[in-house]
Amino acid sequence: MITIFIPTPLRRFAAEQTQVRLNARTVSEAVQSLTSIHPSLKPYLFDESEVIRKHVRLYLGDEDVREKQGIHTSLKEGDELSIIPAIAGGKY
Amino acid sequence: MSTILDKSVLKEIQLHLESEYPNEGCGFLLGTDSHRSRHITMMLRSPNQSTENQRKRFVIDPLEYLKAERLAQQLKLKLVVIYHSHPDHPAIPSDNDLEFAQPFFSYFIHAIQKGKMAGTRSYRLVNGQLLEEKFSIHQTIKTT
Repeated sequence: MITIFIPTPLRRFAAEQTQVRLNARTVSEAVQSLTSIHPSLKPYLFDESEVIRKHVRLYLGDEDVREKQGIHTSLKEGDELSIIPAIAGGKY
Repeated sequence: MSTILDKSVLKEIQLHLESEYPNEGCGFLLGTDSHRSRHITMMLRSPNQSTENQRKRFVIDPLEYLKAERLAQQLKLKLVVIYHSHPDHPAIPSDNDLEFAQPFFSYFIHAIQKGKMAGTRSYRLVNGQLLEEKFSIHQTIKTT
């Protein structure tokens, strides 16, 4: 099993859970499985083309999966995948 | 929903953001949260990692975000506010602020005019818009 960390702003769409444990062989499987358990999360994670939203980061441990094999990154027993909202802005 | 901010935390935010001037400063606020009220008790400053012009943009490293979430869990608090400054600009959210806004969080925007804090406003994402919300400043009285 792997653990997915749910960030504070999305917990209300995941039954207020901080983390969800599930079986998955890849990042893609993990996120698909998560949204099948908690469908309300889907619009916050995927865009209309079913692609991970550009302002959502997925980290495996302390590494951005975009620097690995993206959503095709393999997972192993005990891995921790974190969903992280991009935090940014500015005056104009 | 009412948000209460400890005066000591506001002072820490002020010191942080004035020290970052003329760049934008940013960070997190932790506290307690119920459906009716929020009480902010702790601030965590974060480096502005923007590789664009830091005088008009801020970016927080995702690992800094994770650190803030983990600390909040350890302390049995919640990460409830993202704060940042608008140097020489009003405390009004920009299109850029809106683009990155998340549900649930309060967004504190602090106007810094000529290096001095000139106002603070709080906003939350509601139906795709950042709407202003009220907050109050609370003086914590320590007893011995």
